[in-house]
Amino acid sequence: MDHISKVEGSAGLEVRVRNNKVESVHFKITEYKRFYTEAMKGKPILGLPQLLSRICGTCSNAHILCSIEACEKALEIVPSEQTWLLRILTMYGLMIRDHALHLYLFTMPDLFGRDSFLDFDENNPEEHQLLHDAFEIKATGNALATIIAGRSVHAPYPVIGGFTHFPAKKEIAEAIEKIKKIRPAVLRLIKIFEKCDFHFDRKTDFVAMVPERYGFLNGCIDSGKGDCLPEQYFGNFLERVVLPYSQASAYKHGGKAYMVGALARMNLAKERLHNETKKSLKETLDLFPSTDIYYNNLAQAIEILHSVDDAIEILENNKFKEEPLIKKPYKEGVGIGVVEAPRGTLYHKVEVGADGIVKGGEIVVPTGQNQINIEEDIWRLVDELIPETPKEKIEYEIEKLIRAYDPCMSCAAHFLEVKWS
Amino acid sequence: MNVNKIKIGWFSFSCCEDNLVVFTEILNDHWQEWKKIFDFRHVNALKSKNIFDEFDIAFIEGAVASEKHKKKIEEIRIISKKVVAVGSCAITGMPSAQRNFFNEEQRENIEPLIEHFASFPKVLKVSEVVKVDAEIPGCPMDHNVFMKAVNNLIEEFRSHNT
Repeated sequence: MDHISKVEGSAGLEVRVRNNKVESVHFKITEYKRFYTEAMKGKPILGLPQLLSRICGTCSNAHILCSIEACEKALEIVPSEQTWLLRILTMYGLMIRDHALHLYLFTMPDLFGRDSFLDFDENNPEEHQLLHDAFEIKATGNALATIIAGRSVHAPYPVIGGFTHFPAKKEIAEAIEKIKKIRPAVLRLIKIFEKCDFHFDRKTDFVAMVPERYGFLNGCIDSGKGDCLPEQYFGNFLERVVLPYSQASAYKHGGKAYMVGALARMNLAKERLHNETKKSLKETLDLFPSTDIYYNNLAQAIEILHSVDDAIEILENNKFKEEPLIKKPYKEGVGIGVVEAPRGTLYHKVEVGADGIVKGGEIVVPTGQNQINIEEDIWRLVDELIPETPKEKIEYEIEKLIRAYDPCMSCAAHFLEVKWS
Repeated sequence: MNVNKIKIGWFSFSCCEDNLVVFTEILNDHWQEWKKIFDFRHVNALKSKNIFDEFDIAFIEGAVASEKHKKKIEEIRIISKKVVAVGSCAITGMPSAQRNFFNEEQRENIEPLIEHFASFPKVLKVSEVVKVDAEIPGCPMDHNVFMKAVNNLIEEFRSHNT
């Protein structure tokens, strides 16, 4: 074992090399298990979405909406049209904030050869502009989530059956103004990732829930093979793989690794983006479909623009009024929720008893689904770079590649402990 | 260059890192001011080249789930002037400590994984491991409470340095 570097973090990597050929790659998610699928048992169903949002602070609002969908299906509650619009806006707030966090704070330093985004030089006009763009876009996503859902992290307003609070006219007008203001900054961001010369191309399968119009809450699961699977069957699609070295479950389909996330969504549904987005990005969109993992960053930037354009349209063309929650008597049932979280397809299943108490469930997160695909990419990358490239450079390239997947807060956040042998 | 700046460390243990997300949102309004007064010495979310030597303020979020966590927090305590527990998991253990309250059947279901990954049988709050100087409660932490605590600590460091 030739130990190279050790930095505190919640994921690690073990690469085994013999005679300049990679023998094994173990991408380990080392975050300690918090056993939410066990903890949900015995809890009242009404409190479940808020409990499960605590799985992930980064995309907690996606967990809330996915759990709400699963609970509503189990209780046979059909939400109102206004509730759907507010949920779509909640997701747009999340996408704008979360993608911007990943693209500016985690990824942009690699593009500019800096250690940290905060090291960008305010006296350099381009870097000055990017610093201000970053925090303005993030703040706008945060503000949208706050007026619609109450908070951008563990949002309190969306609940089973509807929303408990509704945005005031003045808040909507302010939100529209703020969102319109960031559009030029989002276009600058897209140009940067379009011009970025990082590339890593390896053929793999892509999976995403594809809606009628580009979005993150409804649709069927498309794996690019011609079929589109209804949400309730997604559990059968997933083949769980136990990796003894990782705290997270991994998944394959048809015995093969696949990728979920913005790149998968863009590859499978770019023609369904908002018309204003398509008008502004005609040539950029010609780059998709793509198997270049670094285009996941570009796809995220495009999704920010789509979220901006569609949020403006929804906010300008709808009046939001107070609405009572839709309630139904408890009944025994099983419900499935599927949501496209920022990092990919998220699956919640809940089984509830006639007393409204949760009997059990299942949760599958995007990073678990990408885990084996990440390992296969690293395998190819290291094989290509060995033997001439110094190990430090290989480690940096591995980190950069993993960051392109935007695996989770601590993973994306420049951690990595690589063990070589 | 970083002389007289307040040395900051941010460390996440067993939790969902919601406080870190809120922290990056607070940066939206305060990054220019904080760049001048803080030396972000060890914040994984913000940089690659983290330095683990000494901190004026170490923020700890998350509960303590393993011996590895415990040792790290003890090390942080030794090299930090102030240790601030941030968020519900760090301060009360919950919800990361929910397995402490599992019934027998639930405990049996998780036992093999607890052993395999050498987790503690019971999840601990940070104050059960080291002395904590301040607490910022919430799930996630509240923006205003965080700002108040940070401003108090800045004042304290400034008064010591004058």
